[in-house]
Amino acid sequence: MMSRQEQTEGLTVRAVSDTDLVLTRTFAAPRRLVFDAFTRPELLRRWHGARGWHLVVCEIDLRPGGVWRFVSRGPGGAELGHGGVFHEVDAPGRLVQSEAHDGWDAGEALVTTVFDERDGRTAMTTTVRYPSREVRDSVLRTPMKRGAGEAYDRLTETLNKMTLKGELR
Amino acid sequence: MAADVLDATFAALADPTRRAILARLMEGEATVTELAAPFAMSQPGISKHLRVLERAGLISRGRDAQRRPRRLEAGPLKDAMDWLANYRSYWEESYQRLDDLLGELDSGGPNAVGQESP
Repeated sequence: MMSRQEQTEGLTVRAVSDTDLVLTRTFAAPRRLVFDAFTRPELLRRWHGARGWHLVVCEIDLRPGGVWRFVSRGPGGAELGHGGVFHEVDAPGRLVQSEAHDGWDAGEALVTTVFDERDGRTAMTTTVRYPSREVRDSVLRTPMKRGAGEAYDRLTETLNKMTLKGELR
Repeated sequence: MAADVLDATFAALADPTRRAILARLMEGEATVTELAAPFAMSQPGISKHLRVLERAGLISRGRDAQRRPRRLEAGPLKDAMDWLANYRSYWEESYQRLDDLLGELDSGGPNAVGQESP
């Protein structure tokens, strides 16, 4: 029997334009649970972050127009904050929210998350739309923030693909 | 690794044509004409991409003065990949923690979700 982790597929990230990134990841659980894990602070605190980073503030007003705010604390006590406003809340299938990181001065990203369930598994598709390429690139310079992980993953996927297979053949 | 060098590397890699050029150069050096062949693009168009790659330190010119072949400079790419790999694993690691949490919730463990979503 496969372990839960073997039933899932790792994170993939694709750039579909200068400003849009699309992330996909499957989870071996019904989407009701996955949606809860992404929207309930007591659950988010249990998984969000890695390598010594964890949520110290996690506030979510889960309704259209509701505000969300996260602060992550990392090694050495460094803190990074980000947050925004929910535009659409359609449990357990769809979330649309704005997202800006503390210190951003060039607008906010629009993040659309869709959870599709099939045979008890949930496919997450997250589209991150930055207001401009400049903003996306500024995210690249602030590691450990959510946008950075996404963007760097995309590049690493691309580079790995290039290295292993080439791109022209 | 200096942040501005990484910025130049990432900016250079953001374009699919430039990534394809790098992929071609991984097989060995090539002239501008050879590099332009697979693309529906003029040689000046390709040359523009080559300048971006050159400024980022990702390619250089070979010794043959007549053909002026471009070749891959593996160093910056390797540095960028090493650096990226570090971040690449960050969110996957986070999601693996979520896998474990979902397993617990799905089997109705002690910390299972006990109420409906808002």
